[in-house]
Amino acid sequence: MVKNIKAEVKNLTFSYDKASTGRPVLNSVSLPVHEKSVTALIGPSGCGKTTLLRCFNRMHDLYGSVKYEGKIILQPSGFDILSNEVDPLEVRMKVGMVFQKPNPFPKTIYENVAYGLKIRGIKKKSYIDDKVEDSLKKAGLWKEVSDRLKASASALSGGQQQRLCIARALATEPELLLLDEPTSALDPISTAHIEELVGELKKTVTILMVTHNLHQAGRASDFTAFMYLGDLIEFGESSQVFTNPKEEKTENYITGRFG
Amino acid sequence: MVDQSQARLMKQIKFLKAQDVVFWFVGLFVLAGAFLILFALIYDMAQTGIPRINQEFFFNFPSRFAGKAGIYAAWVGSLCVVLVTALLAIPLGVATGVYLEEYAPKGWFSRLIELNILNLAGVPSIIYGIMALSLFVYQFGLKQSILTAGMTLGLLILPIIIVTTREAIRTIPNHIREASYALGATKWQTVSSHIIPYSFGGIMTGVVIALSRAIGETAPLLTVGAVAFIAFLPTAPVMATAPYVSAQWLMDPYTVMPIQMFNWISRPQEEFHVNAAAAGIVLLSMTLVLNALAIFIRYRFRKKYKW
Repeated sequence: MVKNIKAEVKNLTFSYDKASTGRPVLNSVSLPVHEKSVTALIGPSGCGKTTLLRCFNRMHDLYGSVKYEGKIILQPSGFDILSNEVDPLEVRMKVGMVFQKPNPFPKTIYENVAYGLKIRGIKKKSYIDDKVEDSLKKAGLWKEVSDRLKASASALSGGQQQRLCIARALATEPELLLLDEPTSALDPISTAHIEELVGELKKTVTILMVTHNLHQAGRASDFTAFMYLGDLIEFGESSQVFTNPKEEKTENYITGRFG
Repeated sequence: MVDQSQARLMKQIKFLKAQDVVFWFVGLFVLAGAFLILFALIYDMAQTGIPRINQEFFFNFPSRFAGKAGIYAAWVGSLCVVLVTALLAIPLGVATGVYLEEYAPKGWFSRLIELNILNLAGVPSIIYGIMALSLFVYQFGLKQSILTAGMTLGLLILPIIIVTTREAIRTIPNHIREASYALGATKWQTVSSHIIPYSFGGIMTGVVIALSRAIGETAPLLTVGAVAFIAFLPTAPVMATAPYVSAQWLMDPYTVMPIQMFNWISRPQEEFHVNAAAAGIVLLSMTLVLNALAIFIRYRFRKKYKW
């Protein structure tokens, strides 16, 4: 599978504490993220996969001083997400994120999807209307909610809420979409919906997904990165990583011998 | 199972159940006692005061004749003072609460401030009065005015508003903030379109309860010079001729409900005590209405958000 590279992690070392001299949470991680495909981050709890994901939109910057070393380059612009000169706001305008627990705003469905546009200063009603419809369609939610856009998002089921969160992230046309265990709070049917949706979305957007569920990584992703204790152990096409891992640690993990 | 005969087990259960019943009665008794005392007080006041309450009572100024005396100056004064208090304390208190929760870096300094705000909430109100006397009345030269009174009570309830604002904000789960930030929102956008709207109910509940406390407060106003005998209203804020609006009322002398009561109760004549009871009922009704409003707001907003 030959794909262009959309983002590239280069020797990323990360600590939550600026003064820390101990073992970093991420230890010189390098990883390509291929365009219009799904890259899954897997590994046991505490391996740093979510930490890595949250570097992509500088979420860590919300919680005090953290230390990034290395780069995450967005292609083709060459924009370095982690650069000190880059404002985290600019990063978050380019990189969308969906969280573990569905977290719609307690506002209407319409307002949820329109929020990203609103904070970018877009006021034209017809444009926003189109964008809301378009995003809800992409997230596979339009048919279910088109007649009640003014209803509260809290009234939706968990799976619908998560798809609403995906629509909310898509509305601003992110260059990269981060999914942080998007199905871990959902039932099996909603999970299947989301996986199907991810397969559909990768035609238009690059997706980086953290998952605890190995079957999900195997089914829904094109590339898989296995992490362990802050190190990237193995990266490759999912078919290869899951059937013929090169590293012993990867094999032990995916065959359920630890983790 | 522990080695225990059936008979022993039944006995034990019986004993435990008896224990439960005893505590049930103790609790009920204490509760009933507290209610009884409260109702006795209110009943006594109502019985003395209610016959005195009529239209004249509301629209008469104080008088040396108890039968002619009314609470016109007092309730207008109370409203004016509470208005000033609200205008000062709400923006300051809410802004401080929002700043401490959403903006201030969490560290020893913000913990120190937090601790001191909690302490301020417990400072006796007379201390605020003394501070206001030296600062507002003498240093700022604001005299014994509605403005001074409003500022004094504003300071007094500021800690309450700050604390309740922070508590209301803390009930918003962090993943809502993250959702907003992840879309590229700034702090202010997050605060204005999420934090304040979602915590509005909690904040308003705290504000109303704080204001109802301010209405009943007496001690600090005695120190900053509320006048007990006042036979005119503050200057009207609007008038027929240019410049049409006036802030003169802020600088006018005033009295408030609890001080009017205090004045009447300290007179020897029995008739004035009747007036005090009647004024007490009016004051109690004012605070009860405010508290009911607070409960209403809390109930309405609690049902609105499910996280």
